[in-house]
Amino acid sequence: MNSIQIDNLSAKIDGNNILNNLNFTLPKGEVHAIMGPNGSGKSTLSKVLSGHPDYDVTNGSAKMDDVELLGLSPDEIARLGLFLAFQYPIEVPGVSIANFIRAALQARMEEGQNVKAVDYYKELYVKMDELGIDKSFTSRSMNEGFSGGEKKRCEILQMSMLNPKYCILDETDSGLDIDALRVVSEGVNRMKNSERGILVITHYQRLLDYIVPDKVHVMWDGQIVRSGTKELALELEERGYDWIKEEIAAA
Amino acid sequence: MIKPSNIEIDREKGNFHYPTSKYAFDAGIGLSEDVVKYISDVKKEDDWILDFRLKAHSIFDKKPMPTHWATKDLENIDFDVIRYYLAQGQKPSRTWEEVPDDIKNTFERLGIPEQERKFLAGVEAQFDSEAAYSHMKEDLEKQGVIFVGPTEGLRDHPEIFKKWFGKVIPSSDNKFSALNSAVFSGGSFIYVPPGVKLAQPLQAYFRINAENFGQFERTLIIADEGAEITYMEGCTAPKFETSTLHSAVVELVALKGAKIQYITVQNWSNNVYNLVTKRAMADEEAEVRWIDCNIGSRLTMKYPGVVLKGRKARGEVLSIALANDGQHQDTGAKMVHAANETSSNVIAKSVSIGEGRSSYRGLVQIPGHLRHCRNNTECDALLINSESQTDTYPAITIKGDDNSVQHEASVSKVSEEQIFYMQQRGLNEAEAMSLYVNGFVNDLIREFPMEYSVELKRLIDLEMEGSVG
Repeated sequence: MNSIQIDNLSAKIDGNNILNNLNFTLPKGEVHAIMGPNGSGKSTLSKVLSGHPDYDVTNGSAKMDDVELLGLSPDEIARLGLFLAFQYPIEVPGVSIANFIRAALQARMEEGQNVKAVDYYKELYVKMDELGIDKSFTSRSMNEGFSGGEKKRCEILQMSMLNPKYCILDETDSGLDIDALRVVSEGVNRMKNSERGILVITHYQRLLDYIVPDKVHVMWDGQIVRSGTKELALELEERGYDWIKEEIAAA
Repeated sequence: MIKPSNIEIDREKGNFHYPTSKYAFDAGIGLSEDVVKYISDVKKEDDWILDFRLKAHSIFDKKPMPTHWATKDLENIDFDVIRYYLAQGQKPSRTWEEVPDDIKNTFERLGIPEQERKFLAGVEAQFDSEAAYSHMKEDLEKQGVIFVGPTEGLRDHPEIFKKWFGKVIPSSDNKFSALNSAVFSGGSFIYVPPGVKLAQPLQAYFRINAENFGQFERTLIIADEGAEITYMEGCTAPKFETSTLHSAVVELVALKGAKIQYITVQNWSNNVYNLVTKRAMADEEAEVRWIDCNIGSRLTMKYPGVVLKGRKARGEVLSIALANDGQHQDTGAKMVHAANETSSNVIAKSVSIGEGRSSYRGLVQIPGHLRHCRNNTECDALLINSESQTDTYPAITIKGDDNSVQHEASVSKVSEEQIFYMQQRGLNEAEAMSLYVNGFVNDLIREFPMEYSVELKRLIDLEMEGSVG
């Protein structure tokens, strides 16, 4: 099936259970949002799907287009087409944005093939322009000394250059002012198409004004406890998460 | 300064061995006065050179191993089992056709004749104790450039070379400079006349082929007033079970306004003790730049230095060291300021991988009577694994009010989160490490001649590939 399909996924870190029998499907061509309070396991889900070595998967499966992701290394998962836009992008000193993205593209090529420099820079400059990133950034070291907004734009730049099948945006809106939020959202929206699934992880409804989701899910204690349309996000914005907690407690 | 192009430094490239059945000249095993006399005798040297050698031999005997400050691994060198002189012939050929097949095949496989055709002004290829091939473009000869070995240099041009031979680095400088002074053979003696600027580099390639062998080349480069030269040296040896010794002495003399750039790519196999003394003298407004890359060897101890003897002289050391399993790169720089308005710059980057160890030793001296001298030293170490090691020993003596010194040092480690981030972009662990290491040395490599940096990057990739399980 053309989707990310998660069944009964449980995972822990340092002995603490974070994901508890989580079930979730992200079909290709759709945009889904996962919302939830701090500590509900949203970021853990993105790390587990990306193959982060610190998490122990204790149960379940996570398939991307019918390929089991659990047990694969992070780079294998990435090359299969999963992109994670980090909540806190990491600095890589001395490695320029241009060289970094180029190395990432090169890693996807067959042996003996090379990234064509002219085409590459052409595409890079167009996409930087779209995201309002100055050309001078190509030679800046990856994320080193970047502002919060610059880091997030740079994540979206990488995402658009690497052409992934599925994108996870982990709290991409955190630390963005309203202008940056718009530019970043537009960048994500440009990537929406029938061949790509996008998962937006966020605290706030605000981002979903710009990136309109097909479905909204609420995560609580390592599970998806509610799913609905974008109106669910508005309801959460208005009422907070407590009413969901109460409903769960009642059930 | 000129830009040399391609140079080959694949780490495995040198690991082959064509057995050589006979050496016409063999000083036997172990070191004695007789061995020293034998070497001097086969070279038909003047008496003063034999005296120089014998004095150095006795200094070598008397000097203790410097293990009070250096690694104890030095004690594992057994001077009694080493062969100090092995040669098939005394005279280098002027064309590759004349070079004996086994030797020619070796250098062809290392790509030396090809490089010579492409971008070099001259090449000397040393095989064990003697150069098998030596050739320089004719127009340089016409301009008075001399590019020979020490035997020819001291015999045919004593008026030029005798004056400086052993003066920048006296035999007694250290135990290994004494050893070299006793048994030296091969190396480059170069003289560039006033105002002559070489557009292409001269290159020497040092090949150790024999087992239980010691190579002791001696290099002396004199750039006369306003002259400019870039010299490159490369080296490889096959991997033997037993240890091999390489102990060179390199003296550079940059007279008024001259520029010397000396580039080393040290790629010895991991059984080689590489104990080298390198020092330059820079006269008024002269510039000396050492670019020193240490990738190979079991133990390297090497601290290229510049004595800034004339006003406004400038010295620079750019150093990159990679220490992998079973390797100790003990490298650094010495800057001795001896005139007003002299400046020096040292940038050293080391990468320790696996159980590798890298050490930085720096010496900077600016005495109090000098004015307006400047030194900048930056040394950065990167550790790749928890077992890898690095240590730094800077010794800076600055006196006087008008002199300035700047020293920065850092140690960093690749974090798991950084590797994860790069892996999430599709790079495997080795590619991620490699990109990281390249980023670490990037600002230094930018200072290097371009083609050279491309090769270095490729070499780092190869090293990292092997380091991740």
